[in-house]
Amino acid sequence: MVNFFKDTDLARSEADNIISDTLRNCDDGELYLENSKSESIVLDDNKIKDSSYNSDLGFGFRAISDEVVAYSHSNEISKNSLKQSSENLKSTLKSVKGTYNHEIPKSNKKYYDNINPIEQKSLNEKIKILNDVNDYLRSKGDKVKQVTANFLGEQKSVEIIRSGGETLSDVRPLVRFNVSVMVEKDGRKETGVYGVGGRQSYDTYLKDENWKSVCDEALRIASVNLESKPAPAGEMKVVLGPGWPAILIHEAVGHGLEGDFNRKKTSAFHNLMGQKVASEGVTIIDDGTIDNRRGSLTIDDEGTPTEKTVLIENGILKNFMQDRLNARLMKTRSTGSGRRENYRHIVLPRMRNTMMLSGKQTQEEMIKAVDKGIFAVSFGGGQVDITSGKFVFNCTEAYEIINGKIGSPIKGATLIGDGPSILKEVSMVGNDMMMDPGIGTCGKAGQGVPVGVAQPSILIDKMTVGGTKL
Amino acid sequence: MIKDQEFLEKKASYCLGLAKKLGATDSSVIVKNSISETVNFRNKKLDESNRSDDLGISITTYIGKKKSSISSSNLLKDNLNILIEKCIETTKNTPEDEFNSLPDRDLLAKDVKDLDLYDDSHIANDQKIDYLKKLEAAASSDKKIVNTESSFTENKSNFVLANSEGFCDGYKTSSFTASSVTVAKDEKSMERDYDYSSKCFLKDLDDAEELGNLAANQTIRKLSPKKIGSEKISIIFDKRIAKGVLSTFASAISSSAISRGTSFLKDKVNQKIFSDKINVFDKPDMLKGLGSRNFDSEGVKTDILKLVDQGILKHYLIDTYNGKKLNLKSNGRCGGTSNLYFENGNISFKDLLNSNSKSLYITETIGHGSNIVTGDYSVGATGFLIENGEFKYPINEITIAGNFKDMFQNITLANDLEFKYATNSPTMLIEGMVVAGK
Repeated sequence: MVNFFKDTDLARSEADNIISDTLRNCDDGELYLENSKSESIVLDDNKIKDSSYNSDLGFGFRAISDEVVAYSHSNEISKNSLKQSSENLKSTLKSVKGTYNHEIPKSNKKYYDNINPIEQKSLNEKIKILNDVNDYLRSKGDKVKQVTANFLGEQKSVEIIRSGGETLSDVRPLVRFNVSVMVEKDGRKETGVYGVGGRQSYDTYLKDENWKSVCDEALRIASVNLESKPAPAGEMKVVLGPGWPAILIHEAVGHGLEGDFNRKKTSAFHNLMGQKVASEGVTIIDDGTIDNRRGSLTIDDEGTPTEKTVLIENGILKNFMQDRLNARLMKTRSTGSGRRENYRHIVLPRMRNTMMLSGKQTQEEMIKAVDKGIFAVSFGGGQVDITSGKFVFNCTEAYEIINGKIGSPIKGATLIGDGPSILKEVSMVGNDMMMDPGIGTCGKAGQGVPVGVAQPSILIDKMTVGGTKL
Repeated sequence: MIKDQEFLEKKASYCLGLAKKLGATDSSVIVKNSISETVNFRNKKLDESNRSDDLGISITTYIGKKKSSISSSNLLKDNLNILIEKCIETTKNTPEDEFNSLPDRDLLAKDVKDLDLYDDSHIANDQKIDYLKKLEAAASSDKKIVNTESSFTENKSNFVLANSEGFCDGYKTSSFTASSVTVAKDEKSMERDYDYSSKCFLKDLDDAEELGNLAANQTIRKLSPKKIGSEKISIIFDKRIAKGVLSTFASAISSSAISRGTSFLKDKVNQKIFSDKINVFDKPDMLKGLGSRNFDSEGVKTDILKLVDQGILKHYLIDTYNGKKLNLKSNGRCGGTSNLYFENGNISFKDLLNSNSKSLYITETIGHGSNIVTGDYSVGATGFLIENGEFKYPINEITIAGNFKDMFQNITLANDLEFKYATNSPTMLIEGMVVAGK
């Protein structure tokens, strides 16, 4: 565990005094301390292009009075710096008359081990794997023109000190291993990308030469795309494969169910609680408690233990995702969804691992049920306008479906839909729920946080496909 | 107060000295400090205040052709000692790359000009609040507006870049940014839109009421949108979207994409990639320019580049490493473009709207649908149907798609260029794109 006060002129007891003094008569707030160590090792164009290491240290001091949040952060953990932050907070919250809420739930459960993945594998071993990846992919034929592979590893230690001195802490490991390959045939170039990761050691994901299966998948996607023809344009039926395509769930409904947008009534979902927002058989949860997953957290960035939150149950909207601020203002409880990218940012309600649970149908039945449509297997990323509810996501591997049969691969296209109505268009839910491979990052208000998604295959009766073929 | 030049230079030279002592044959270092103060308003009330004080250092060490780098926000000597030692150790264990090196000495910037990028004036949070009160009063004056959010940020930064070739320079910059986001509602729909103003100098910032009104009007006009059918149609990009086309162009001519062979514009220098009349400039020395700089992130001098001349691509954006790989000299574009813009076209905005009997005017796109390997483009879009030069009705839930290779050849620009961002374009018409809707 990091001792944040070691080598500083600030004693822990002094920090406690400043915190309690600043937060007196505030409704909530805390001092958040963070120390993260991260590495990036990149192979690109046959060479080790980058080997870098980052060590980041800082604090963020937050005071909340009613709806108003005052925040101040700095890299210098010192008496002066904390006092200056305290003055900043006080000057924003001129007259406060709240009652500090000391209540914070406790749990002994942990969803990952206290390890430093960076130290668990030597630089030379990592470089060797990257070179092996390069050789392996380039041995697959002349069509392979470019290979990029990288290791990203991190250990983040956080400590949350609340008014009165209560302290909550967590040490979070996170790794990612990615491979990107570009192939060329007859002057046409296409790329395939794949990766794995989560809150464990690199070796958990790469043992037994498992890196080869990551390479194979990236190359498979690139090769499929070489044969792809222009995607169709217009409304049609869409079958989504299991796993990563759950980006749809994340964009279409996940963001719209975050507490802040609903308290502010700027989400298309704000007045739909308890109503039917999805077809029967559709159940969506946001779960921070799955062991070692990229989106899992033992406690969130306010110190609340995470949980499994049911968002939509059998088609009915049940819960929003809440941090402490929005929960208090909406008179409910935090769901352990208060997250921040790092100490530079304020807490926002965010997703963790967002999942649609399995139904009864098979993917085969779905394909058979489509006369004309597309089968989307892999995605790049997505985005949503939470106010209008319109969302998009970009296919990176998709096929046309004609008369119940999978046809040719089609070029990457954007799919667009309407969040509040899209889940009512889900006419089949598969029995094959799968987690994503552990590489997702969600962006909101300029903050990126690691997240996961999962879903079974689903059939959507109507969605607009943004191809070029009319 | 932000750290002064002397403090930053001291840290930089300490790191260079230690790296050399520990066996680095070359090294470079950037030390930065940035202080921001932001006030956010929501529905005419104070919502959030945020002060950030960020320190950062990044060091790259070379041993011959081996290279590695570290970065940290902790500038205490003990921490720097540990990190530089670690960096040297990693450098030793990283394989050689023949193209690794500091920039050529004769390309390093000398005689650095004052580009008027720093305004010392300070606007206290109470004054920011006054500005936002005026802004939100204007933004919420129409009763269709149901939510307003606005913010005002003052930022002051300073940096020093130094390397073992003797380069050591840096300067302060400032920015003042105000933004307004509004949500409008009617029986059928709820829509959001925004506007913002960002300037180096406080006195140049847009008027609060003007900004609030602009955001509100842009939101209200989006209410009750329709979805249209799929068809081939001319697209007009609002300036704030048109600049994105230019950004994609810039990524596609970056020397890293070119040297890796992952750009649809590889080997296109001296070829016609845009329609005839198109000229693109990257001009680093604009006074008070939001993208202005005296040198790039390696210390290399930055000259004005006419990237595209009468439709013909003239330069890539070159840094030292990729330049050496391509056998080209760095043109000071490590870290990307500066003030990048399309030169004005020769027809007015009104004539542009009138140039087709029917077209789509796009004000917002969503999704990451630009592929610089293939040039394929497909994004979600929001905008308006234009008929005979008139805005008919708002549209949404459509996608627009094409390929940049064709899109570039079919661009017509209006003559309404403004320097509102670092990358700027006049309003842009592109013929023959595909819209997917109903």
